[in-house]
Amino acid sequence: MDNLPPMDLMRSEKMSFVQLIIPVESAHRAVSYLGELGLLQFRDLNADKSPFQRMFVNQVKRCAEMSRKLRFFKDQISKAGLLSSVRPVTQPDVELEELEIQLAEHENELIEMNANSEKLRQSYNELLEFKIVLQKAGSFLVSSGTHAVSERELDENVYSNDDYVDTASLLEQEMRPGISGQSGLRFISGIISKSKVLRFERMLFRAMRGNMLFNQAPADEEIMDPISSEMVEKTVFVVFFSGEQAKSKILKICEAFGASFYPVPEDITKQRQITREVSSRLDELEVTLDAGIRHRNKALASIGVHLVKWISMVRREKAVYDTLSMLNFDVTKKCLVGEGWCPIFAKAQLQAALQRATFDSNSQVGIIYHVMDAAESPPTYFRTNKFTNAFQEIVDAYGVARYQESNPSVYTVITFPFLFAVMFGDWGHGICLLLGALVLIARESKLGTQKLGSFMEMLYGGRYVLLLMSLFSIYCGLIYNEFFSVPYHIFGLSAYKCRDTTCSEAKTTGLVKYQDPYAFGVDPSWRGSRSELPFLNSLKMKMSILLGVAQMNMGIILSYFNARFFGSSLDIRYQFVPQIIFLNSLFGYLSLLIIIKWCTGSQADLYHVMIYMFLSPTEDLGENQLFWGQRPLQIILLLLAMIAVPWMLFPKPFILKRLHTERFQGRTYGILATSETDLEVEPDSARHYDEDFNFSEVFVHQMIHSIEFVLGAVSNTASYLRLWALRYDNLVIRLVGLAMFAFATAFILLMMETLSAFLHALRLHWVEFQNKFYHGDGF
Amino acid sequence: MYGFEALTFNIHAGYLEAIVRGHRAGLLTAADYNNLCQCETLDDIKMHLSATEYGPYLQNEPSPLHTTTIVEKCTLKLVDDYKHMLCQATEPLSTFLEYITYGHMIDNVVLIVTGTLHERDVQELLEKCHPLGMFDSIATLAVAQNMRELYRLVLVDTPLAPYFSECITSEDLDDMNIEIMRNTLYKAYLEDFYRFCQKLGGATAEIMSDLLSFEADRRAVNISINSIGTELTRDDRKKLYSNFGLFYPYGHEELAVCEDIDQVRGVMEKYPPYQSIFSKLSYGESQMLDKAFYEEEVKRLCLAFEQQFHYGVFFAYMRLREQEIRNLMWISECVAQNQKSRVHDSVVFIF
Repeated sequence: MDNLPPMDLMRSEKMSFVQLIIPVESAHRAVSYLGELGLLQFRDLNADKSPFQRMFVNQVKRCAEMSRKLRFFKDQISKAGLLSSVRPVTQPDVELEELEIQLAEHENELIEMNANSEKLRQSYNELLEFKIVLQKAGSFLVSSGTHAVSERELDENVYSNDDYVDTASLLEQEMRPGISGQSGLRFISGIISKSKVLRFERMLFRAMRGNMLFNQAPADEEIMDPISSEMVEKTVFVVFFSGEQAKSKILKICEAFGASFYPVPEDITKQRQITREVSSRLDELEVTLDAGIRHRNKALASIGVHLVKWISMVRREKAVYDTLSMLNFDVTKKCLVGEGWCPIFAKAQLQAALQRATFDSNSQVGIIYHVMDAAESPPTYFRTNKFTNAFQEIVDAYGVARYQESNPSVYTVITFPFLFAVMFGDWGHGICLLLGALVLIARESKLGTQKLGSFMEMLYGGRYVLLLMSLFSIYCGLIYNEFFSVPYHIFGLSAYKCRDTTCSEAKTTGLVKYQDPYAFGVDPSWRGSRSELPFLNSLKMKMSILLGVAQMNMGIILSYFNARFFGSSLDIRYQFVPQIIFLNSLFGYLSLLIIIKWCTGSQADLYHVMIYMFLSPTEDLGENQLFWGQRPLQIILLLLAMIAVPWMLFPKPFILKRLHTERFQGRTYGILATSETDLEVEPDSARHYDEDFNFSEVFVHQMIHSIEFVLGAVSNTASYLRLWALRYDNLVIRLVGLAMFAFATAFILLMMETLSAFLHALRLHWVEFQNKFYHGDGF
Repeated sequence: MYGFEALTFNIHAGYLEAIVRGHRAGLLTAADYNNLCQCETLDDIKMHLSATEYGPYLQNEPSPLHTTTIVEKCTLKLVDDYKHMLCQATEPLSTFLEYITYGHMIDNVVLIVTGTLHERDVQELLEKCHPLGMFDSIATLAVAQNMRELYRLVLVDTPLAPYFSECITSEDLDDMNIEIMRNTLYKAYLEDFYRFCQKLGGATAEIMSDLLSFEADRRAVNISINSIGTELTRDDRKKLYSNFGLFYPYGHEELAVCEDIDQVRGVMEKYPPYQSIFSKLSYGESQMLDKAFYEEEVKRLCLAFEQQFHYGVFFAYMRLREQEIRNLMWISECVAQNQKSRVHDSVVFIF
């Protein structure tokens, strides 16, 4: 017996409340070492302070600022379309301060580069737009040659001293409203984004009262918006109008709509010349722009190499400072005081880590570690491995166990997949499930490192649950003898054969038994026979009740172990004993009847027996008598059940009350003596004895508890019938499904069934099993 | 369908009501305000807000913060909430939601027009506009020279067009005219909104008529106080009052003839629901009146959440968020200008 490994899962780890007194110089290191160990849970000693009043708020802020910068880099990198490399970088650890400086440098560099390229991009866009306008508007002007005279005149007086080649400030020129001159028809040409063009035209029309001509043509190229860096479709327009006031109005409207206007000379030769100039400048700019982008990408790539590491480092630092903020400064301001919980087994590891921290930071004073006693209940900690973890999580999803309470996940490891399989049982589907689980387990190490979608994450987390579920499904499927709902002769021949050689009566009158029962599971001959459903239903219903009663008894027995562990004989005597008597005198007896009926092959009607056990217990059972002495036994059981109810209800609150008054009387003499010792206790672990005892509250609580148990015994047993009902339901779906199409059976039904069986198994564990003993109010 | 909202309300608006109640739960509480008021710098405020619903909106802001950035980002959150709800809404809720923004639209129009009158840059003005009251051609407002043009050029496309019918004049725009225009528009808007809510019927009509009446009465009082000593005639003043609310019609007669603030106070104290507003103020004081009104409004808005199956919660949520943003702006300003003693002057606790 002693060779067995300890059952860590049975009860949560024993915890101790420790106080750490850490010199300031080694605090950071100590906390980060402890963080790597992950075995100490600090208590927040500054819970009443708001976040910015805490000690290390500046460092936390700095970390937040750094992570903002890192987010900025990440954003820039993904915008630039670079892939951040995941290959590990062998670079020595950088200090946080260094990193901060580095990050700031990088950020400034990037912002500068962005600003430069934005400027370039803007002038590039303007040139590009100008080029497009020249191309498009030129064609309008040529086609509408009728009013060419006036336009040429005014164009010339603007551009007579045209010196585009020399002026670097091309844009300045452009911004000058292109056309000024005397009366007559004038025009403004420009470009506007396509989405606004309709409204723009309407507005112009309204403002001009219809006295204008609007021409538009879509631009061939899309232009990049420098801010959002999205490609925008634009439209070139030319507005013809007359009058000075109209011009200022149009210009205002253009401004309001964000349209940019460019002058287009009427003269074709001049147009060509400008186009050429613009094109050459465009090419130049493009080269510069490309060089800029390359440079930027290089800078980003060099950042990208370290990015992952930096992010995790900043996160770690932030976590360390957050933890440090939970500590108290002692009066001398020389050291930090922390309190927390750790499992007892980890004491050595913790002390080693703390020593390492002292040593590494060359501190003169060691870190003081001492165990204190605390009034409040310690946190729950289970040591799990990758196999038990998923099962522990199934239980934790309902509620974290109270400290040292017996842990249902030990039993869940087996009962959960088993109950699932009772509902799911089909060894064909089981094999599908098994394959899936095996794939997940085989690629465990690979899947574990990469990021999965939420659904895959769930499957991956539950891969061992899935494995056990599939194994049990195959087992139950073999018992039910179902392979995709079709029975096979695996374990020898059927026990039944036809009455004659033609087998004409097989489906009507039935078969005859001619040899020993089928070796394992359900005889395949039941399939398709007239009495198939009644037979299987009765079998599975009874089986469900047997399983249910067994599991509920298990739950009550666990409550006994809990009570014994916590040394509460009161709970054993006035809760466990009546509960187990009540459950077994009714449903335990039913289970007994089922087993006897199976063994003897009796024809007795068990419903009748159970119902008349309550209605008229003294009456003769007649043909429903299963064994000798059944009637007196029933009367005794009924009496026991009736006694058990008040037994559960009344004694406990009254005894509690008596105990309380006794203790209170004892206290009146002791108070003065203890008050002095209380002063010596550290204020941090100030204890509160909640001595309020409210009898009516306790009594009502006990009453609710008892009623819940009594009613629950009936309803929970009925609830276990879902094992049968779901089984039946699945069978029907599958029969229909197989007839329809194989694909649906394979995927949709398989998924649906898996899910529904999973959920029902979950419920049976959470409600029917765990409410017998599990408090689940730990943390 | 009064009293039968429970039967059909959730078909279309149930989801959104749940959403809006969830948003309401995210409003800052008195504890939050207490912590905010203790902040030393704007960074502290940012840090505190990062734990609230504003967190994601502020987290990427580089460190030297300005009050405007905080307010802008917080408003962005409100706008995002609003847009999300508007996307999901069906008729008549979507119209109801749109009505909520018309008030901002009027303010924006007035802002732009006044700005251009004083020759400010349009882009600069646009940045100051409330994002909820934006419409497509808002920048073109600068073109207009008088009311008629304003209407014909721009506003005819906007939902504000019907409200304009009363103030189309060919007069040139000046400060006085603009202010009258704002109030006329607002009057028409409130009356229209009120009629719309009455048409919806049920609990919506009941709750919204209370909220809108309060709004109308507040505007009436403000108009009366602000027009004291101006050349606005009594009849003109009376024309600006909305034709519903507790003051309508007899209170309006009295308000129209008020010559100083104590007379206004005398009028208001005749109406029991408004007595409490003045009870905290001393005679002749009008500085704190705004805060008193805001406090009363917040109280009423919070009450709107006590009833289910009506649209008032959307209105109330938007208003409460706006109040919250005003609070944040005030706190940030006080912190930024080291005037922490005045922090409590204008902050209205919501919960």
